[in-house]
Amino acid sequence: MPKVIVVTSGKGGVGKTTTSASFATGLALRGNKTVVIDFDVGLRNLDLIMGCERRVVYDIINVINGEVALKQALIKDKHCDNLYVLPASQTRDKDALNLDGVGRILDELKESFDCIVCDSPAGIEHGAFSAMYYADEALVVTNPEVSSVRDSDRILGILAAKSKRAVEGLEPVREHLLVTRYDPKRVAAGEMLSVDDIQEILRIPLIGVIPESESVLQASNSGTPAIHLDKSDVAEAYRDVVARFMGDEVPMRFTTYEKVGLLKRLFGGR
Amino acid sequence: MSLIDNLLDYLRGDNKKTAVVAKERLQIILAHERAGRNASSPDYLPALQEELLAVIAKYIHVERDMIKVQLEKHGEYDVLELNIMLPEDKRAGG
Ligand SMILES: Nc1ncnc2c1ncn2[C@@H]1O[C@H](COP(=O)(O)OP(=O)(O)O)[C@@H](O)[C@H]1O
Ligand SMILES: [Mg+2]
Repeated sequence: MPKVIVVTSGKGGVGKTTTSASFATGLALRGNKTVVIDFDVGLRNLDLIMGCERRVVYDIINVINGEVALKQALIKDKHCDNLYVLPASQTRDKDALNLDGVGRILDELKESFDCIVCDSPAGIEHGAFSAMYYADEALVVTNPEVSSVRDSDRILGILAAKSKRAVEGLEPVREHLLVTRYDPKRVAAGEMLSVDDIQEILRIPLIGVIPESESVLQASNSGTPAIHLDKSDVAEAYRDVVARFMGDEVPMRFTTYEKVGLLKRLFGGR
Repeated sequence: MSLIDNLLDYLRGDNKKTAVVAKERLQIILAHERAGRNASSPDYLPALQEELLAVIAKYIHVERDMIKVQLEKHGEYDVLELNIMLPEDKRAGG
């Protein structure tokens, strides 16, 4: 059964697009035929993060309006054979994303893809709603920060009440908490909410923790999803997330801060 | 955080770590917001809150956001919870 997975958060700038790019890539690397869709109409950015910005010709609105066939708008990823990107429109406004049109596109994609990843815009308005409406599963991207946690709670409320699964009385959307931009050192100092705190408040299963890392900027600079980076905590954390999503049991990593002792500092380690 | 750190914090008084403050604030506001979006919450709650506020204001000066009325499910019972935060000086008893 093909799956529609929304990457959502309410709040902007928390790491949805970064996550969509790496998560979709990870799914593809694990052999799933995957497409990642940018729902941020007017503020398209997934193309830059995936490194395919110069190959964008048509976009999701062209497809919804019947101007081109879906196949013409899909861009094949440069790293993975079984990964495609469907860009957002940069010129139209969000209302062009009508729910019926989105539903038709998703149905068509389900005929040939295993995983459909929807990168949601910020907010709880039309664009964000059309990204989440058809979801089977949701990655709720949350930063360890009060406004982000509150917005995630709001999004969970909408998923539970207004998604297609909710209004049709089907099995509820499967929700996963993904904590990103996590800084274990600040958590240890009592300056940042811990993963446990966030989970206790939001009460949904944790699928992973992505540490705050400078390498994310390097990845976006070069248009390579962070999951491809060599020897990077962020890449490994995203691979773990994909593995857990596929059902593997993988222990949590990058959640605790180890004080480097004097001896270790003098005689090795990192 | 070690036991000694905790102990020192405790002895030093109430300078709570900000993460603890953040968690407490979130728990309070989200409980309130969740109650608000719960479709089954009866529509007389806002009116009840207003009327209670009016009565209480006759005796004590309380800000309107210091009173919360919510209905929660506890097993098979519905519990009507009334939460009034009294101003600092009144609570301390002078
Ligand atoms: N784990 C991380 N560590 C450091 N910076 C990050 C991390 N994840 C995201 N960022 C940065 O945060 C900013 C917002 O990320 P983005 O994925 O565009 O968020 P959103 O799509 O939710 O608006 C970007 O500058 C991105 O590089
Ligand atoms: Mg984004």
